[in-house]
Amino acid sequence: MEIFKTNKTYGFMAKRIPLTAVSAILIIISLFSLFTKGLNFGIDFAGGTVIQIKYDKEAPISDIRNILKETSHSNAAITKFGSDQEIIIRITGSNSSLGNDIGEELKTTLVNTGNFEVRRVDMVGAKVGGELAEKGLMSLLLSFIGIIIYVSFRFNWKFALVSLLALVHDVIIAIGAVSLFNVEVNLDILAAILTLLGYSLNDTIIIFDRIREVIQTTKEDDLEKLIDDSVSRTLPRTVLTSLTVFFTVLTLYLFGGEIINGFAFTMLVGVIVGTYSSIFVASSFLVNFRFSIANYRAKEVEKIRVQKEKAKNRAMFEQGTL
Amino acid sequence: MKIFNYRLIILLLCIIFGVVFSIPSLLQTNTGKKIALGLDLQGGLHMLLGVNTHEAVGSKIKSIATTVKYFSDDEELLIDGLLINEDNVSFSVLDADEIPKIDTMLSGIKGLAITKTGLEYTIKLTPEDIIKTKDLAVAQAVETIRNRLDQFGLSEPNVIRQGESDIVVELPGIKTAEDEKGARELISKPANLELMAIDEEKNDQVNNMTNSQASSYGDIILEDTKNPNLKYLVKEIPILNGSQVIDAQVAFDKSNQAIINFTLNSTGARIFGEFTSKNIGKRLAVVLDGKVYSAPNIRERIGGGSGQISGGFTVAEAGNVAIALRSGALPATVTLLEKRSVGPSLGADSIRASSIALVSGFLLVFGFMIVYYKGAGIIANVALIANVFLIIAIMAMFGATLTLPGMAGILLTIGMAVDANIIIIERIREILREGASIPKAIEDGYLNAIRAIVDSNITTLLVAVVLYVYGTGPIKGFAVTISIGIITSMVTGILGTHGIYQALLARGVKTKNTYTWFGAK
Repeated sequence: MEIFKTNKTYGFMAKRIPLTAVSAILIIISLFSLFTKGLNFGIDFAGGTVIQIKYDKEAPISDIRNILKETSHSNAAITKFGSDQEIIIRITGSNSSLGNDIGEELKTTLVNTGNFEVRRVDMVGAKVGGELAEKGLMSLLLSFIGIIIYVSFRFNWKFALVSLLALVHDVIIAIGAVSLFNVEVNLDILAAILTLLGYSLNDTIIIFDRIREVIQTTKEDDLEKLIDDSVSRTLPRTVLTSLTVFFTVLTLYLFGGEIINGFAFTMLVGVIVGTYSSIFVASSFLVNFRFSIANYRAKEVEKIRVQKEKAKNRAMFEQGTL
Repeated sequence: MKIFNYRLIILLLCIIFGVVFSIPSLLQTNTGKKIALGLDLQGGLHMLLGVNTHEAVGSKIKSIATTVKYFSDDEELLIDGLLINEDNVSFSVLDADEIPKIDTMLSGIKGLAITKTGLEYTIKLTPEDIIKTKDLAVAQAVETIRNRLDQFGLSEPNVIRQGESDIVVELPGIKTAEDEKGARELISKPANLELMAIDEEKNDQVNNMTNSQASSYGDIILEDTKNPNLKYLVKEIPILNGSQVIDAQVAFDKSNQAIINFTLNSTGARIFGEFTSKNIGKRLAVVLDGKVYSAPNIRERIGGGSGQISGGFTVAEAGNVAIALRSGALPATVTLLEKRSVGPSLGADSIRASSIALVSGFLLVFGFMIVYYKGAGIIANVALIANVFLIIAIMAMFGATLTLPGMAGILLTIGMAVDANIIIIERIREILREGASIPKAIEDGYLNAIRAIVDSNITTLLVAVVLYVYGTGPIKGFAVTISIGIITSMVTGILGTHGIYQALLARGVKTKNTYTWFGAK
């Protein structure tokens, strides 16, 4: 089976401006949501307590709300979780003593609301939350740095800069979606974002690898044409590789259960945006930055010359000593 | 070309290894190394505890005071105003001739910073010793908590130190709220037993005394455990503490109340004997964790070094106190920094949901590869199955923990592992279109695609390593499965599939039908 026309070269670069506009709009929406709505930080980063309760019938949310209003947990937020029977109670406070337990306390408070089971009690103290947030930022930063170093080592700094911009583009939109759809930000969302960093780069690398190859093996001098050609040739694999990952993330989102939902959602958005950015964003940046083919070729020629020189010198040296 | 090329042999070895070592985990056999399920999948309790290490420094200061007191009593040296302050012990010697004796005794204790002005002594701990004491306190707390949990009879408690002053406690065996409560109480109990002398001269004024007044006499005010209004004025420096207890057992008194009988070591027994013989007619306070449990009259010298704590315990409480006393006191109190408890039913739900996602995701990718790539897709799927077995086998071998995000990681790896095959097959199709023969297209396709695949996998691996280093608990599980999956996929997906093609070509499969082979004309 083949979906893509094999010999057609798509004129992506000619549509650079409208495509850039699409990205710009998505980024503006994301930043707007981030600055006005912000992120809904979960207990991993903000600290607090989460209690998951399952009733044997529909959970009497309004009763629970009324009962909790009278207690010290009047600021508790109660939401459905997955089904009508299951709820999550979020409390901003945490208890630092081992002796008493909020889960247990709620169990007695809610004893008259019906038959239920406390299935999960997660408590993160403010200190740990702060540490986790710090570690999270650190890991994001380290991943970025590692990726830049690797790409500049394997390609050159201009490719690295462009792939970095494409990554920033993907991450902003993914976080924007998390903010817009009010997904709770816990460690798993961070893991999703980091995975996206690594994954979104894969497609970009495939395309860059092809661009590099075309530069080296052909005499094509028109950058736009060269990029269009490389992107079109690699289009099937870019789309299909993303498709298989999309399949797995989609099943995770649909069947993986409520707890893994935020992770799957972030990945889902990220895979789509990442594919889009690999095809359009990264390569149009290369054009915008006036990547010089002639320079690149000259440097490659120089590199080969230096290598040959070295080999020659070594050969002479070895012959001399022999 | 031979049928059994080295690539195919590696793939076959991988499959054998994968299947053999994943059998114990998949079939849950009794023997063999298995993947451990994370607390989020099997249910259990995870806690991060912070040790209040400054308390350990405080109690060390206190023990120095006890030593000074005991030494001066024993040698009949005259000292005055022995006081425990915030971070030091101070006292003064009445007779200057006795200074050398005191100095010799103090030089026997390491890590002290002593300042002398005339006859007055101020003893502090050196900064290095404070660090050492704190460090030791955490190590000791880990040991103590582990001992207590072992004796409590929970399966596989896991107690590990984390960072400077934190302790991770993982209890997969916890299934009910009652178990959890019991374990938490057991851990949190400092079990600091002290035998203290009641200041009989001033005890009748205790109700009108402030803490600072009491402290100026070298005393402290303690409450009774059952009746908070009943107060005792006791000498701040204890006669003995729990470190001299070698055994503690639950017993029952005449009215069938649970009590705890404890036994002291020989030093403790000697000190206790001497003290009781000198203080007949006075009272002794049995203090546990800062509460007075009983204050019996000393009628005679108590030799033999045993005593009892009574104070209206339930049998379970008495059992916990006895365990705590036997396994030693916590050198400092602990605070709960983080707690995650998952009930077994939620864990089972998570396993079910993630398994459904795993199987359906797998089938979707599987089906897609066959429909789109025909023969090449089947070959890629063989590698994919081998990869899943390999991931499970390697995790089992290293005793890695499978968490819910870890399941997501395996599923994601399936989606990413076939990427290598898609890249290779697309490349082969491209070369075929240029008119090359199938064997040449295969060789060139692999040669050209590998560079890009390795490049892109390394970035994912890099991120996974960062996640492993900075992530905690379940997220670490995700980093583990995805890292293993990426590495194994390079072996099965690139090397393995290449081996299959070479073997097929060697068998003399001489087809020109590129459609059945690669799904494209």
